[in-house]
Amino acid sequence: MRDLLAISVILLAVVIQSSIVSRIPLLSGTADLPLVMLAAWALQDGVDTMWHWAIAVGLVVGFVSGIPFFVPLLAYLFVVLLARLLQRRVWQTPLLAMFVVCFIGTIFMHVLSLGALRLFGVPLPIGDTLGLLTLPSILLNLLLAVPVYAIMRDLARWMYPAPEFE
Amino acid sequence: MRNIFSRTLQTTIIFLVVGGVIALALGGHFSSASNVFTGSLVNLQTWFSSRFIAVQEFLTAPRDVASLRQRNAELESEVAELQAQVITLQQQVGETEILAALVDFSRANPENTYKAAAVIGRDLSPFLHYVIINRGSNDGILRGMPVVTNQGLVGRVDAVIADAARVQLITDPASNVNVRLQNAETEASLVGSVTGDVTLELISQETNVEAGDLVLTSGLGGGYPPDLIVGQVVNIRTRDFDLFQQATVQPVVDFTRLQIVLVIVNFTPVDITPLFPAP
Repeated sequence: MRDLLAISVILLAVVIQSSIVSRIPLLSGTADLPLVMLAAWALQDGVDTMWHWAIAVGLVVGFVSGIPFFVPLLAYLFVVLLARLLQRRVWQTPLLAMFVVCFIGTIFMHVLSLGALRLFGVPLPIGDTLGLLTLPSILLNLLLAVPVYAIMRDLARWMYPAPEFE
Repeated sequence: MRNIFSRTLQTTIIFLVVGGVIALALGGHFSSASNVFTGSLVNLQTWFSSRFIAVQEFLTAPRDVASLRQRNAELESEVAELQAQVITLQQQVGETEILAALVDFSRANPENTYKAAAVIGRDLSPFLHYVIINRGSNDGILRGMPVVTNQGLVGRVDAVIADAARVQLITDPASNVNVRLQNAETEASLVGSVTGDVTLELISQETNVEAGDLVLTSGLGGGYPPDLIVGQVVNIRTRDFDLFQQATVQPVVDFTRLQIVLVIVNFTPVDITPLFPAP
């Protein structure tokens, strides 16, 4: 049941990213809704399916996008890893952890994309990429972080209700 | 006898007076007096009527407010429905205009066979300039087919599934289109960039390129059919120590507002990669 719901949410996030979020650029950068969603999900207490989500999101995004498929897969696994590490250490300030994961995760995703595309012969200037893509994308992801975190927290509480003590 | 005579005289005088008054009235001699009289009468009636209506409105006001509110709500809901209809019709008009322009374009270029497709999404990565269209291999779309609008070249199909395809735009950093300048009659290479700007490269230093020159596909390399409009030269960068000139091109297609595109389905791209020597 949980995995079925995960697939639905993932597909919905990918569709929204492709049809809406990608059409709202800031300079040349766009927000990465699956990344932010995955970071928020991995930061929730009691959630144990975040690795499944990361692999599923990575494969779906790799299939839909023209970018090499291993780039989103590796980047989303890294985001989950980072989120779990931070969740154990700064669990009292989840929003701070959310911002840190989004910030570092976006940079990791862009560095990986830049490296992979350059490896495949696409001429991408590093200066333009940093100034016109990465920095605006970080800003948009941070703006998206708070509402997405709230939605994923509610979803996690609904899927993983806290045990009641008497 | 005397009484009878006096009554007859009175009646005659009355008739004469009345007849005289009528004759004078018909002759228009009493118009000012009658105007004053009728005007006063009308004013008086207006005064009474307005006071009556005011009193009637005062007495029936609560009932009317309720009915008016109900009527207002009905009209507001009707207005909302009509506004929704107007928006829907405006969208349909916009789509119809686009389709009409595309039909005109296909009629003007009968040598090609087109398949219309709607743009349903963009690539998830900001590094790439791709769009996703709602036609795939079930509709005869194949990898490498050129994609155009009535304005000019959009790109070419990069990947296909059954009911959708991914189109690489000419603004993509990995895109490379062989073009020719119509006025200068020279060939060059059009490349995209991460910002979406397109640049002409490999223009020889001897070529005289001017702003406003039209850029068309050359057909060289077999990737695109020849003579598709790509854009116009905006400015030229010439440096003595460079081997080639560079020029910035303004594409004729507005890639931010792509809604419907045409795939040229009767064009088979030529794969010339086997002709290149292996490293």
